[in-house]
Amino acid sequence: MSDISRDTMLLTTPFHSRVEAMCDLNDWGNWMGYTTPNAYFDIELEYFAIRSTTGVFDLSPMNKYRVRGPDAQRYLDRLITRDVTKIGVNRVGYAIWCDDNGQVIDDGTIFRLEDQDYRICSYQRADDWLAWNTLGFDVTIENESEAVAGLAVQGPTSCTVLTLLGCTDINQLKPFGIAHYTFEGRPLMVSRTGFTGDLGYEVWVPPESAEALWDQLFELGRDYLIKPIGSHALELARIEAGFLQANVDFMPAEEIVRVGRSRSPFELGLEWLVDFNKPLFNGRSALLREKAKGSRYRFAMLDVEGNKPAEHSFILKGDKQVGTVTSAAWCPTAKANIAYAQIEMPHGAVGDQLVAEIYYQRELHWTRLLAPCKVIDAPIFKSPKRWQTPAPPH
Amino acid sequence: MTDYDAVIIGAGHNGLICAAYLAKAGKKVLVVDGRAEPGGCASTREFAPGFSVSDCAQWLSQFDQSIVKDLDLGSAGLKLGEPKATISLQSDGDHLMLAGDTISGAGVDSADQAAYRDFKNMIRSFAKLMTTLYRGRPPKLVEQNWTDRLTLMKLGVGLKLMGRERLQDLMRIALINIYDVMNEHFSNAALKSAIALDAVTGTNMGPRSPNTVYSYLHRVTGEHLAQTGTTQVMGGMGAFGQCLAAAAEKRGATLRLGSAVQAIVKTEDRVTGVTLASGETVSAKLVISSADPTTTFRDLLGYDQMEAGIAKRVEHYRSRSGTAKLHLALSGLPEFNGVTADQLKERLVIAPSMDGMETALNPMKYRELSQLHTFDISIPTLEDPGLAPTGQHVLSAIVHYVPYAPDIGWEAGKPQLLSQLLSELEAYAPGIGALVSASELIVPSDLEASHGMTGGNWHHGELSIDQALMMRPFPGSTQYATAVEGLYLCGAGAHPGGGLQGLPGRNAAKEILKRGALS
Repeated sequence: MSDISRDTMLLTTPFHSRVEAMCDLNDWGNWMGYTTPNAYFDIELEYFAIRSTTGVFDLSPMNKYRVRGPDAQRYLDRLITRDVTKIGVNRVGYAIWCDDNGQVIDDGTIFRLEDQDYRICSYQRADDWLAWNTLGFDVTIENESEAVAGLAVQGPTSCTVLTLLGCTDINQLKPFGIAHYTFEGRPLMVSRTGFTGDLGYEVWVPPESAEALWDQLFELGRDYLIKPIGSHALELARIEAGFLQANVDFMPAEEIVRVGRSRSPFELGLEWLVDFNKPLFNGRSALLREKAKGSRYRFAMLDVEGNKPAEHSFILKGDKQVGTVTSAAWCPTAKANIAYAQIEMPHGAVGDQLVAEIYYQRELHWTRLLAPCKVIDAPIFKSPKRWQTPAPPH
Repeated sequence: MTDYDAVIIGAGHNGLICAAYLAKAGKKVLVVDGRAEPGGCASTREFAPGFSVSDCAQWLSQFDQSIVKDLDLGSAGLKLGEPKATISLQSDGDHLMLAGDTISGAGVDSADQAAYRDFKNMIRSFAKLMTTLYRGRPPKLVEQNWTDRLTLMKLGVGLKLMGRERLQDLMRIALINIYDVMNEHFSNAALKSAIALDAVTGTNMGPRSPNTVYSYLHRVTGEHLAQTGTTQVMGGMGAFGQCLAAAAEKRGATLRLGSAVQAIVKTEDRVTGVTLASGETVSAKLVISSADPTTTFRDLLGYDQMEAGIAKRVEHYRSRSGTAKLHLALSGLPEFNGVTADQLKERLVIAPSMDGMETALNPMKYRELSQLHTFDISIPTLEDPGLAPTGQHVLSAIVHYVPYAPDIGWEAGKPQLLSQLLSELEAYAPGIGALVSASELIVPSDLEASHGMTGGNWHHGELSIDQALMMRPFPGSTQYATAVEGLYLCGAGAHPGGGLQGLPGRNAAKEILKRGALS
């Protein structure tokens, strides 16, 4: 042992000792300032754990903000674009929030824990924006990102594994529902939420419980082929399932430096999250104007011919470049080559035939491929298990 | 059906002018104000038995002549005093006299006089350009429409016509400070500080603060707008308020004084009226606020009633002031060293050296009392004896470098500051202390309370480039419309800013009519 302490630039999550032990590839990435595995042992096999058995993903680096006080609901209702009053106690809602120009700052989930007690789980740090939003509201915001450790437990056998862990009747939990348990004398919260488009849960515990939780999950789940998954496998699953990723599919409005690089909900295909029946929410005026005037871009899901992922491709209509790809993957379960693209209006309507200009190389030999593609209207991977209650047995 | 086409918050000069213009166009307008008298900062008050004073603004120097004409104020009984020269008092009694473009005394030589004439010509040409911008709505730079393009085109032509050298001068000095500009043009210390005083009074700044050239130019626009020189209003400033109120009422506007607006009412996604302190609600198609932006958005509408970005802008909006008022009831006419009895009716200023003025800013910044102040003095009773008992006088002074909230608190701070100010005056007017039969010190927080101006800032927000023109009061709420549907601004917090010039009220009314917001 060296007595020279070494401060690292990246933080570790409460699961780190266990994650490190299982990270056979020693392939690490920087996720929002935390050391997290890109892959543990094999990206494809990790991906298939999500789709066929159970994959466990450490999502502790997600930002968690507790919103409490007499005005908590009113505060959130002005913050996000959808109607927060429709989220009941012990329910979760997917939401986006915009700046006054109607440009998306981030997306995330809103957990309603009590009547006037919510938790926002967001991809980006949001301390500054959430603090400014408190002006005029009797509400407190607490950043509890480090006080809550989280694991996504996703896949067809996940319900069984959590039942073994002691989460009684977890199979009765509806999608976007929340259930509370105790684990070794400390609270454990389960939400039926996730980023994979399949049956799956997110488990939230105090950091002190983290290592024991990991150990027991993998112990109890061994027969159900539980596997840890890294960010690359999750990326495949989320593209297949149709989820957007901040900083990948859109730039958070608070972070852009160049004019015009942010996107509105309409431009990201998220208009279903915008409720103009609410008289006030951040971005409402600008979004009404945009609705009347028309948007600059359209978000399109593309089914690309062939099997070469259209990563970073230009999208062409005839000879004209009309868009660029933000996310792309060959999706193993759906057996489809999917790309998300931002397409200049008026192109990119469902059914539109476009061309992806794909570059790929084999042994330093670059090839340019013009792959026809078609705009599809829904995510390619649809699992009925995602919505079934009680959760189906495997 | 709404009760009124428009409810105007505040019966200050801008609110009344806006009301008069809208009423003249046939609109049904109600003006409400918590104060018992109309006029806002154009107010007169008895501060000691028998002694009345213009208790906020004391000079009229910028009031736009087009409003006098449009509202026929000449026949409405407005009486102004004689234009004043400025006498900058020197401790040796050899005072600097500024009258029009000529200067004399305080050792100025012919070189200084020539430099002053050149300087005034330059400043006047810049101010003329600003006047063009001031008389209309500020042009937006990005989302241009034809009105804005035309304004920008006119501005461009104006800049071109100034000639290359002038244009270079403007670009060079517009964003710097008055201290550097003074040193560049003049060698006479008294002259430098007399001009610097005009650049800082009414602000939260010292001569070396950026934006002081802009605040000086803003003041000089008065030479184009008013063409009256610096004058006093006979009967006190309140008479000016009364005159504007009469003009508004004559055109059909209704005034409700002594009934403060408690809140701006928002129904669904737009503003629909106001509630009064009595609890009564008045509905209107538009609410037009002449209150300052902070009062309007934070206190009357409420931050929870707007998108968060607006609340953030309001919080960032700067409206502190370091300017107070000193009112003295004098048992006789004071004597100032080296000032003839006849000269006492002029505008007397005490401006220490520019370095002294800059040094005086430091304690103010750190919430302490300064040991040095500037004074802008009026003895209105010389021209208007009715303001005091026969043979007695009123001295009213605008005093700069007074903190908004000193750490020692105003209860302890006021007597201290009062005796400090009197001793500073005593140096120029020996024996004045013995003549004082009553006194009153109005600090910025008093002005905030009495006249509803956040920070006591009489411009309703610091006059600085980042809060001016198409950014006044802040982006998203310019051109008199705000980011909140149905809510407009017509006070000094809107373009072109503060001082008794009336343009925000007039421009707002014109813009509202032009947009057809009331049709």
